[in-house]
Amino acid sequence: MADAVDLLHDPGAPLPPLPGHSSRGRLERVLRDGKFAVTAELNPPDSADPEEVYDRALVLSEVCDAINATDASGANTHMSSVGISSLLTRAGYAVVMQFSCRDRNRIAIQGDVLGAAAMGVANILCLTGDGVQAGDQPEAKPVFDLDSMSLLQTIRTMRDERRFLSGRKITKPPLVFLGAAANPFAPPYEYRAVHMGKKIAAGAQFIQTQYCFDLPIFERFMARARELGLHERCFILAGVGPLASARAAKWMRAHVPGIHIPDAVIARLEGAANQKAEGKRLCIELIQQIREIKGVAGVHVMAYRQEELVSEIIQQSGIMQSRRARERPTAAGQISRYRPSETNR
Amino acid sequence: MYALRHWSVRHARALERTYALVERVLIGLAPVFAKVGFERVEPAVTATERSVKTLLFDCKMCGQCILSDTGMSCPMNCPKSLRNGPCGGVRPNGHCEVKPEMKCVWVAAWDGSQRMAEGSKILDLQPPVDHRFWGRSSWLRVARQKGAPEGPPAHG
Repeated sequence: MADAVDLLHDPGAPLPPLPGHSSRGRLERVLRDGKFAVTAELNPPDSADPEEVYDRALVLSEVCDAINATDASGANTHMSSVGISSLLTRAGYAVVMQFSCRDRNRIAIQGDVLGAAAMGVANILCLTGDGVQAGDQPEAKPVFDLDSMSLLQTIRTMRDERRFLSGRKITKPPLVFLGAAANPFAPPYEYRAVHMGKKIAAGAQFIQTQYCFDLPIFERFMARARELGLHERCFILAGVGPLASARAAKWMRAHVPGIHIPDAVIARLEGAANQKAEGKRLCIELIQQIREIKGVAGVHVMAYRQEELVSEIIQQSGIMQSRRARERPTAAGQISRYRPSETNR
Repeated sequence: MYALRHWSVRHARALERTYALVERVLIGLAPVFAKVGFERVEPAVTATERSVKTLLFDCKMCGQCILSDTGMSCPMNCPKSLRNGPCGGVRPNGHCEVKPEMKCVWVAAWDGSQRMAEGSKILDLQPPVDHRFWGRSSWLRVARQKGAPEGPPAHG
């Protein structure tokens, strides 16, 4: 009896299953409902303190439908995505757990997928991962036993066919909504949309793109995606983020793999009296322009060490206002603010 | 060899035709291989395959060759050994994120596939590498699979 009551009030409990949905998470519902979705990246702490994760999640949760837990991005060690995801789901946050192929072989990956799903993770983003040379431990062994494509296929097999790659049965499959990354801003440009189509064929149900600072390239990519009908087969979330300064932008362009920032953007930041404010303004403008592009289902905000800006950016972009106009009030906002430390102590 | 590797991509169409011929010969020889024993011919075939493909493609002998699907650009030269397309880290000049001096094998693969008759095979989903096949002959495996298919085990 007590268990039943607890379950009702457990914010980490999955939502009731819905027909046509792969997962029991919030993000898939928002997207399938046709709402313009917002996801945001949480900068993982270099610490074993759960409060650092909750502090950062709290700032993001006001405006986003799911929080991305990164997996040693840039090949730098931080708290693991499985760990962060577990903490967040316990507190009722919707999480997109990022999963890279750089550090684990297929045996570890399949085990972590089951573990994460058992902890309430409803969304997994399948990534190849940055090379080890990009991080602070270039002497590490790169694994890459699977690639993002075979990772998607592997998890889809586990979910839909209820078996491991070996064929061994899984009694309760991981009910996850599967995502993948796309980078329209790296060569070979004409292959990028086709490549995204291949990821969709491998199992991707949503896409989060690399940072978009070059609208013309993104528009060409989306035009090609629409030609191929990809926007009807998956939800495409465009990656955006505020640049802290012209110097930070130049550093990112030179050191973070796959980031393309046009010279005009850097010149605009250099010309501004307050570069941080200009970076934020630029991000808001981009969101508003991206929103008008047909086939874009949402934005994914990556505010490196500027999480406090995410809420303002989303509020000022006007996305939430237009969404709220057609939304019924839900308890989601309150749920996302729940912290186990507040009640359990 | 790096220079020859790019020559091979530029001549992907001719190599596609050449390989089709080689494959037919291998399949034709399958009954002979079967008679002598695939295990006994493996060292000689592997040595030949290794020298030809190392020269032309910088082949790594993964033992499950997919050059015909990847525009004649060997995906095992990718530092992330990606077999299903490029990662997001390709540099603006088309070079590799990990090895800046090397052209991305997938930029080359896309180029090569555009020259081939069956270039659309670049869209086929490739399964993960079977690490048990490293150092073994892909040619012989093709001959065995297509030329001398092993029937169901005979009973009685």
